[in-house]
Amino acid sequence: MVNVTINGKQITVKEGTTILEAANINGILIPTLCFLKDINEIGACRICVVEIEGMERLAAACNNAVEEGMVIYTNSPKVMAARKATLELILSEHDYSCATCARCGNCQLQSLAEEFGLSTDIYKKKVRKIAWNRDFPLIRDNEKCIKCMRCIQVCNKVQGLGIWDICGTGARTTVDVKGGLSIEKADCAACGQCITHCPVGALHERDDKNKVYEALAQTDKVKIVQVAPAVRAAWGEELGLKPEDATMEKMGEALRQIGFDYVFDTNFSADLTIMEEGSEFLARLGDKENNTFPMFTSCCPGWVRFMKSQYPDMVPQLSSAKSPQQMFGAVVKSYFAEKIGRDPKDIISVSVMPCVAKKAECAYENMGSEERGQDVDIVLTTRELIKMIKAANINVAALEDKPLDDPLCDGTGAAVIFGTTGGVMEAALRSAYFLATGKNPDADAFKAVRGYHKGWNEAAFDIEGTKVRCAVASGLGNTRALLEAIRKGEVEYDFVEIMACPGGCAGGGGQPIHPFEMYDVRGERLRKLDFANPIRFSHENPQIKTLYSEFLKAPLGEKSHHLLHTDHWGWKL
Amino acid sequence: MARQKIQSVSKVEATVDRLYEELGSRVNAVSTNSCPIDVALGFVRLCHSQSCGKCTPCRVGLGQLATLIESVLDGQADMETIDLIEKTANSIYLSADCAIGYEAANMVLVSVKGFREDFESHVKNGKCMCHFDRPVPCVTRCPANVDIPGYIALAAAGRPEDAVRQIRKDNPFPTACALICEHPCENYCRRQMIDDPINIRGIKRYVCDKAGEVPAPACQPATGKKIAIIGGGPSGLTCAYYLQLMGHQTTVFEEKKYLGGMLRYGIPNYRLPRERLQEDIDCILSTGVEVKLNTKIDSPEEIQKLKEEYDALYISIGAHKDKKVRLENEDADGVISAVDMLKAIGNDEYPDYTGKQVLVIGGGNVAMDCTRTAVRAGADKVSVVYRRRIADMTALQEEIFGAQAEGAEILELVAPTRIEADENGKVIGLWVKQQMISRYKKGRPAPADAGEDEYMIPCDILVVAIGQGIESEPFSEFGLPTKWDQIDADDYTYIKDRPGVFSGGDCATGPATVIKAIAAGKAAAANIDEYLGYNHTIESGVEVPPARIYDRTPCGRVNMREKEAGERNNNFEPFEYGMSDKEAMQESNRCLRCDHFGYGCFEGGRIFKW
Repeated sequence: MVNVTINGKQITVKEGTTILEAANINGILIPTLCFLKDINEIGACRICVVEIEGMERLAAACNNAVEEGMVIYTNSPKVMAARKATLELILSEHDYSCATCARCGNCQLQSLAEEFGLSTDIYKKKVRKIAWNRDFPLIRDNEKCIKCMRCIQVCNKVQGLGIWDICGTGARTTVDVKGGLSIEKADCAACGQCITHCPVGALHERDDKNKVYEALAQTDKVKIVQVAPAVRAAWGEELGLKPEDATMEKMGEALRQIGFDYVFDTNFSADLTIMEEGSEFLARLGDKENNTFPMFTSCCPGWVRFMKSQYPDMVPQLSSAKSPQQMFGAVVKSYFAEKIGRDPKDIISVSVMPCVAKKAECAYENMGSEERGQDVDIVLTTRELIKMIKAANINVAALEDKPLDDPLCDGTGAAVIFGTTGGVMEAALRSAYFLATGKNPDADAFKAVRGYHKGWNEAAFDIEGTKVRCAVASGLGNTRALLEAIRKGEVEYDFVEIMACPGGCAGGGGQPIHPFEMYDVRGERLRKLDFANPIRFSHENPQIKTLYSEFLKAPLGEKSHHLLHTDHWGWKL
Repeated sequence: MARQKIQSVSKVEATVDRLYEELGSRVNAVSTNSCPIDVALGFVRLCHSQSCGKCTPCRVGLGQLATLIESVLDGQADMETIDLIEKTANSIYLSADCAIGYEAANMVLVSVKGFREDFESHVKNGKCMCHFDRPVPCVTRCPANVDIPGYIALAAAGRPEDAVRQIRKDNPFPTACALICEHPCENYCRRQMIDDPINIRGIKRYVCDKAGEVPAPACQPATGKKIAIIGGGPSGLTCAYYLQLMGHQTTVFEEKKYLGGMLRYGIPNYRLPRERLQEDIDCILSTGVEVKLNTKIDSPEEIQKLKEEYDALYISIGAHKDKKVRLENEDADGVISAVDMLKAIGNDEYPDYTGKQVLVIGGGNVAMDCTRTAVRAGADKVSVVYRRRIADMTALQEEIFGAQAEGAEILELVAPTRIEADENGKVIGLWVKQQMISRYKKGRPAPADAGEDEYMIPCDILVVAIGQGIESEPFSEFGLPTKWDQIDADDYTYIKDRPGVFSGGDCATGPATVIKAIAAGKAAAANIDEYLGYNHTIESGVEVPPARIYDRTPCGRVNMREKEAGERNNNFEPFEYGMSDKEAMQESNRCLRCDHFGYGCFEGGRIFKW
């Protein structure tokens, strides 16, 4: 243990504790900007500097450890003056068009400037723009970048992709796509983790809200919206709703007020995915000789992009099932269009996703057909949805819990956990067990695959004498480690679930941004919704049963093949 | 009324002088990865600030050059801008009145020629070609990339054994290098921005002295692969050590009686005591290296046989052939080569020069070794004959000073013309011509005849120490490509079109430093492992203490003390004293920890394994 004094307070902490941590756990707050625990502890922004008695120069609190007897001041005049000057310097190369910035009101730099009460520009503004492909789902605005390097670190250390890199030296040092590539050629998975870890508005998704507004203005069209499972666990965060009050039904009401004709639930197609993917898995398992194992889930487009660019030879091992978003779009523009007697092309299909890669996915050339058009026309992130709710001045607390719209609104407990790591696997096993044996297992029989940590979860289950070896990974760095282990033959599995974002869609790149991680809290919320749902098996979803009996006939059937399955080589990264 | 004033230095002048001095050492420290154009721009601006303003080319031109270069950096230039920069610099160079202007312009010309692609990359792609991936200057400049801040921190923490382990991760000759490494690391030490570079070699010596025997790490499971290594010098033994740790079985073929190569047969005992060298060799051999001494591989057939019997071959035969001065009477009795002289000592056969006059031709470290050896062998008088000035010698300054302190004379600007022998064929003197230093050739001031008469320097022994060659004939006969007499291997120790045959160290580069030979052995081990289809890694398992924060206020550098010259010049015993505990602590704590402060903590602060 080490004894130190911070702002006059005697403190005892473990050896190796940073000054920042020592202060924080004792209720003394030190502002930070570039710091990201365990990921970016590089002392680059110099906002967290503190004074140490006996030292002339200041020290970064985020990456220097306390030493016995240290006397530290976190707010001395020397510290405050230096911090303020640094902040002014950062602002001198930051384009603070705050009013039009995606992160207005949720920007660490803006908050700091406000806390310091900065009034005028001390230094000459030197803002540098760099051209960017504005059609790509991920946008980088160099003029807002503060060179904190978080994006580089997240992409390297957490996602194992290394899309970002330092570019230039000296005064011209900035972040750019590695190797001088343009973003669309860089193997970017579009997971959006760099966005959710950017302290300012330098990284954001392509803004598709205007496309939605334009669509809503078209009176001759049917405007439908589907909402992904993980969105319901996060949408209330920036609207002042408690998690238990931020219900899917309230969100549905908000979407109706915004102007959608039908509000549907992607949970429906999550259950459908299970029927198709689960059946596919059993079929592959029954034909071991002609299939390479493990089979990989295909519901996460960030993961599919990663697989295609990093391990193209393993793509045949991906399930051919489309993601729930795309299955939903296909069902809407076929089954549902028939039901309401409209031309599929009269339907505008919007989805709200916790995800940036979904914006890329919906536009792949084989995600639709000549007759139907694209199955999903526009994808909004959870963040964009929140902005639209705010723009419409909807008092969410006063909204009523009204049911979503038939016939695509039922979702089981198995579907809602698609939004958290391990959920797809668990849901698939619940139904695969039923499909293979004709009986339901205990709904919690497969809980060993739950939870996020470094590495991956594995578990083996016995389904009527057949041993099924499963693994679950989230985060692309973990994914790479798992794939390498599989390739080296160090591990063997039959079925593997991958989600690109740590913790799964709960921690998705399209979710609300906080200075801390939320995937666990949101994942827990989704688990609770599963427990609370009277139906916890996808194959028991009554609307899915109807869909098969009225329209699709059977999983893996002819119609399914056309509508619900895809060729992963049918589009280019 | 007084009419003349004694010139005194004003406060302003003194301050500017001080700033220049500090800038000088800052420039000396060199940033390892800056954009060269940005650096050139900084230099041009500094030069411009020195302009008196009298003449147009310098006053206006340097400013315009800076503006043009900046436009390149800002991505606002086109290809014509580069031509304009070159044209402008050329005209300033031709027309400026004094050196302030024309030398500044010359720097720009050198830049445009030296890194034109970089200029073009900025213009065409708006991007720099350089990449900031080597942030720790000492580690970057160490050919073997030894984790210097790491082991210095371990030294400061009182963990010398771990420091040795940390060094061995990249260099299995910690003790030898502690005593004789040329320490290129120190030249780039960032501490120079404050005062003087850290005495890195001194700290290494301290941990090696302090640690005692530190066992080698355990070898990884045996792979069954066999590698033959020809030459048991620093490069070959380094390669053997790492391959053993990776689980392969190596056999080292050494033509001489002992292992060590130039460490034993080039460097005298007083600099690198045999028993200290043996500490490193013993540790290397403890990993299970097989050794065949007195085994010269000198025919294509033998090489072919090794190639067939082993899975891979590493050729590290060093540079052990003497180079001739090509003077009349070179074969006279009493004329010996440095290689032969040091080889005999390596085999413990010490010469006795009692009462003799010894002349040494050469200006490198080997020449200094021969000189100091001759002094110790009892010679009456030892003189070094060198064509250029002492300042131009390639030997380390401390070697030159050492030799002088021990009583050797250095005759600079003296070019040998012929060797005088008596009727019995015994050398009696060296004829020389006085030189003067003159114009630059290939970037160095070259000597020229001073126009004086030839004269003879009498001597009984003449040592020729003008460099070494490589005995690569058997290898070229075997079919390996050679350049001059060097084996033509690339920076990866690969030999073109000869899979499974690798080469490195002096025999592939020409005579160089020990640490470069070690670096080649390390690279060869990694590449041989890869060639054999493995991906073994080497790591130290040592956790480096976190960097501590304190003001790094100016503090002098601790240098190593030596025995006084009169005590050391009559014996072959080591003469350098290691640091005391107190000295080592002060010196270690001067380290700026560039692995943590600066870019190091972001990326590349430490290579944990390779």
